[in-house]
Amino acid sequence: MDNHEKEPIFSAKNLKLLTEPFGNNNPITVQVLGICSALAVTVKLKPAIVMALSVTIVTAVSNLVIAAIRQYIPDRIRIIVQLVVIATMVILVDQFLKAFVFDVSKQLSVFVGLIITNCILMGRLEAFAMANKPWPSFLDGIGNGAGYGMILVIVSFFRELLGSGTIYGFPVFEKLGIYHTGYENNGMVILPPMALIFVGLIIWFQRSRNKSLIEK
Amino acid sequence: MRHFSNRYIFIFSAAMVIAVATLLSLAATLLQPAQERNLEIEKKKNMLESINVPATRENTEELYDKYITESFVLNSKGEPVTGVDAFTVVLKNEQKKPLEEQFLPVFRAVPADGEKVIIIPVEGKGLWGPIYGYVSLKSDMNTIYGVNFDHKGETPGLGAEINTTAFESQFYGKKLFDNDSFISVQVIKGGAPNNDIHGVDAISGGTITSKGLQKMIFDCLQKYNGYLLKNRI
Repeated sequence: MDNHEKEPIFSAKNLKLLTEPFGNNNPITVQVLGICSALAVTVKLKPAIVMALSVTIVTAVSNLVIAAIRQYIPDRIRIIVQLVVIATMVILVDQFLKAFVFDVSKQLSVFVGLIITNCILMGRLEAFAMANKPWPSFLDGIGNGAGYGMILVIVSFFRELLGSGTIYGFPVFEKLGIYHTGYENNGMVILPPMALIFVGLIIWFQRSRNKSLIEK
Repeated sequence: MRHFSNRYIFIFSAAMVIAVATLLSLAATLLQPAQERNLEIEKKKNMLESINVPATRENTEELYDKYITESFVLNSKGEPVTGVDAFTVVLKNEQKKPLEEQFLPVFRAVPADGEKVIIIPVEGKGLWGPIYGYVSLKSDMNTIYGVNFDHKGETPGLGAEINTTAFESQFYGKKLFDNDSFISVQVIKGGAPNNDIHGVDAISGGTITSKGLQKMIFDCLQKYNGYLLKNRI
């Protein structure tokens, strides 16, 4: 994880930071971080997508800021400093959403504020940004935010489809006329525990494809 | 890891807090006009939706001026109060006052079909936080013409469904009074019978929000009883 020598902006190592969180180092399915919000915002696709974007922005910028000042942060108060940076970013994002995309901000309501408590953010700051240069940290933030977002989108796609019969608010099942065959929306999928089951299925699928991820 | 003195830590924390505070207050001040304008448009839009006028953010102001004709404030006895702008009354603050001192805002509107309706704002508690909305009544002061509900943070897919058209459209044509007694509208778990003029279907999985909504409509409209009964047809 050392980046002491000069290297191109998109070197193989840097690209790996960006792509790894989508696969073998996914924050949700492999690091098992950020599960809490994955349960809360995945009932519908739209809030999940906005949440994914917000988390990506916050992770990337906080990583950048912390990495830039990492040598000046006193070790003893580093967690507090990290939290202050995250909280500031989240409040800024929330204020901007309220001012410029009011509808979306209404959709997400309390969940934007809850980004502060998302373990992925603290996890990345503590594990990566405190020990790396700003640019790789920024990429790491984008990668992890997007990797988290990917799972959110997959889970919310299935939960919205099976639970409400819609995709992004569009009533697919109704248009296909599936309800005439006696099919009914599964109310259980809307409840939070089912998100865990979907995440579990994704984890199962991923580990069955890549045996090296299986913990001993 | 480098060693930092206590003095350095104090100075670092102080500088950090001052920098962050400046940044945040700057952002809050600069964005405040845009945010307040959003809230005002939102309020007007919700009011229009309660009289079944679909509005977008762009044409809200125009439609509001076109359809909402008058607004006034009543006291709990149903008498008009002068010198208060109904649009700026914050219901949440009113509800903290004793009933005799509360301002009760009313808006008059004439939608495209020529019906003379009144719009009454309502506010109550859901599962996680406040729920609020507007109920519009036909000129008989008894039949519901339309409703619009919204919430701060109800569970998406469950309690949050109160702001969907499917739920709101159920209220059309429901009656508040049975002869002279105030019944309000009941939210019935498991579904209301088709001929029930005082009942609508609750939201499955959103029981507490549904109950809160029922209580909100009852509590808020009850205060207008004096006015409604006096002006009934």
